[in-house]
Amino acid sequence: MEMPTPDQNILNRKADIVARLQGILPIGCVIHAPEETHAYECDALTAYRCPPLAVVLPETTEQVAAVLKLCHQQGLPVVPRGAGTSLAGGSMPTADAIVLGTAKLNDVLETDYDNRFIRVQSGRTNLSVTGAVEENGFFYAPDPSSQLACAIAGNIAMNSGGAHCLKYGVTTNNLLGVRIVTIEGEILDIGGAFMDAAGLDLLGLICGSEGQLGVVTEATLRILPQPEGARPVLIGFDDSEVAGACVSDVIKAGILPVAIEFMDRLCIEVTENFAGAGYPDCNALLIVEVEGSDAEIDAQLARISEIAERYNPVEIRASRSAEESAKIWLGRKSAFGAVGQINDYICLDGTIPVSQLPLVLRRINELSAEYGLQVGNVFHAGDGNMHPLVLFDANKPGDLEKCEAMGAEILKLCVSVGGCLTGEHGVGVEKRELMSHQYAPDDLDLQMSVKDVFDPSWLLNPAKVFPLSASASRRASEAAQ
Amino acid sequence: MIPTSEEALAEAVKSASGPFAVRGNGSAGVVSDHPVLTAKGLTGVSLYEPGALTLVVKAGTPVSEVETVLAAENQRLAFEPMNLRGIMGGTEEGTIGGVVASNRSGPRRLAVGACRDFALGVRFVDGMGRIIKNGGRVMKNVTGYDLVKLMAGSHGTLGVLTEVSLKVLPMPETSATLTLHGLSDAQAVAAMSKALGSPYEVTGAAHAPVGPDGSAVTVLRLEGFEESVSYRAAALQGFLGLRCAQQIEADAAIWEWVRDAQPMHYPEGNVWRLSVKPSDAPDVVARVPAQAALYDWGGGLIWLRCAEDVDVRAHMAGVDGHATLVRGASFARFHPQSAGVAALSKGLRLKFDPKGLLNPGLMG
Repeated sequence: MEMPTPDQNILNRKADIVARLQGILPIGCVIHAPEETHAYECDALTAYRCPPLAVVLPETTEQVAAVLKLCHQQGLPVVPRGAGTSLAGGSMPTADAIVLGTAKLNDVLETDYDNRFIRVQSGRTNLSVTGAVEENGFFYAPDPSSQLACAIAGNIAMNSGGAHCLKYGVTTNNLLGVRIVTIEGEILDIGGAFMDAAGLDLLGLICGSEGQLGVVTEATLRILPQPEGARPVLIGFDDSEVAGACVSDVIKAGILPVAIEFMDRLCIEVTENFAGAGYPDCNALLIVEVEGSDAEIDAQLARISEIAERYNPVEIRASRSAEESAKIWLGRKSAFGAVGQINDYICLDGTIPVSQLPLVLRRINELSAEYGLQVGNVFHAGDGNMHPLVLFDANKPGDLEKCEAMGAEILKLCVSVGGCLTGEHGVGVEKRELMSHQYAPDDLDLQMSVKDVFDPSWLLNPAKVFPLSASASRRASEAAQ
Repeated sequence: MIPTSEEALAEAVKSASGPFAVRGNGSAGVVSDHPVLTAKGLTGVSLYEPGALTLVVKAGTPVSEVETVLAAENQRLAFEPMNLRGIMGGTEEGTIGGVVASNRSGPRRLAVGACRDFALGVRFVDGMGRIIKNGGRVMKNVTGYDLVKLMAGSHGTLGVLTEVSLKVLPMPETSATLTLHGLSDAQAVAAMSKALGSPYEVTGAAHAPVGPDGSAVTVLRLEGFEESVSYRAAALQGFLGLRCAQQIEADAAIWEWVRDAQPMHYPEGNVWRLSVKPSDAPDVVARVPAQAALYDWGGGLIWLRCAEDVDVRAHMAGVDGHATLVRGASFARFHPQSAGVAALSKGLRLKFDPKGLLNPGLMG
């Protein structure tokens, strides 16, 4: 992974910089010893790592502002970090960067059930937001699969999705306001506990900007009343194209499931061996979950089953109880872990128009044969967000590179059929160089000019999102300052 | 100017000698001295995939045309865009580009999201005459910065939309409305909050101190399959513990009344649109000497009609939220912003439109 050459001047000044950071932060909030900064050398994209110059873990918004002000004055790159669960290398450091972690910002500041919002510090984990309101019958809807560990700060930076976003939307649809600190150290409130923030939609712009526009320290989030209940139906097919057609018909029929998940034969077999969920022997499997009262769920599952029957399914298994639901979900939830047992893999995240599913699955099979690498498909079928898992052997020289090349081919395929490179993981360093396949130079230039406004010296998370060659002149003018 | 292609529109901006009033059909009634540059010459559906719930349409296409196309497949624009003709007294109907440019949503916004939440992609011409695209036509897309959200609600100040791609949703099989009569504003907001905190998925919650029949009325909407709606209507009444009248189907008229803010239709006075925390709403309304008021979004949206000299924003002191002057000219149209936020917004306008050609001054 090509990263900008670290600034030797900054590396030489490490002792002085650490002392300045220690001067503005409480004891224990600055990590600088090499044996300790190693913990921050990568996120969940573990193939690439680089220890940062130092790590700071501020305890208040004001301390974040002081750190950013210092970094701005000193010309130090800043890599914001939530919980470090990015699969795209969104918080991968450079050797001359200060990692600014939100780990100590995890308080709940306000809960308001009448107005249906919660205000939290951004380092709080996704699941613990729901944890703070569930006793009162509410939940926070976006549920990325890393929700036990991932932080709201990272969710906002990447505009994270999850299994339930077919019905409830992704982070941007559930975010009402932020407190954000600019690279100059200015603290701004954008939006709040009301709908549709005033003026230009800066909130929508900040969400998904991968930590390149500012550091979010507080978030006001929409919370929703829990449904009365939820149950899935499992449907097996002999053919993935048929499964795709069934998904389309369910959606067209006006049923709005909370989730429609798809698994192909490889994933079904691997998870069956791993978890023993009792899945049928078939080529494509759908799990469709609906919500409501018991009677409502029965009625919706009956409608879905009726549609599925038209496609000659291998099996339809509607859950009648919490135990049966858990069993249906068991295989799907253990899919990534199960595949990890048989080999190393990279998890892609392209989105395609649902109508292109048959074509894309066929083409992925061809690529798999061409490259000699196995691919498992497990994904959110309702919204076309695919997660092909390309298997490789990390101990075999050249296999990772081959796997990445094949991954890039699949993502280009997603773009060429009308989709995009990433549906919920973000661009990070991983897909940076592929951006020019989705966007023309003018499109990228205008996006980069947004960063020019928020962060004129390109200090915040500088080598992410945009192809290095496209951002080179902007980053160079920063270094010259 | 009414360009009939994206290229011609780009050329018009590139060769401009002075600022434009950027418009769809002008249904929002924004007044300007500058010559009009409209996207209404760009019409038609580019792509519609009902099974993928996506529609790509040229920006100048009239909203009614979009709705007709969708209705043929039993689908709709779920964010329920309002029609401003009643308030503005105009005759032109809105374009889909105008709806997106002003992020115009109706009662269902509180349940499913605003127009911007349904905007999947945009094509537009920026102030340098460049044709820019952002987003796409898929529901999940975090590839690069989200300029789609930024363009939605930018009121033509950052670029002229030429094409928008939208998520659409199926029409429900049926809908039902529970009506509560005679509640005070505070009682109504409390009832709406309670309903919205229930698991019954209320898709509309509005209150008019003076309803269509002259007395206070509060309405709650449920939508879905018949068996589900009848169950939820009964369950919600029990949950509220209030006596409601219940109407299954045939409730479209009252929601159109709410959506288009009927009490604001009298031609005199300023019309304001306030976004606040629902529990603050009754107090705000009580403070303002208004001629008419309407609560939507469970109280999160307030419409007020008042005399031209009433400074609604002054009455909002200490309350989180903002007010837009939808009709009238005696105050700034948009709510003033904090210095830091205003500086960022200005910085963005300078990047998107360095020569100040597109609706200059409209948003600050």
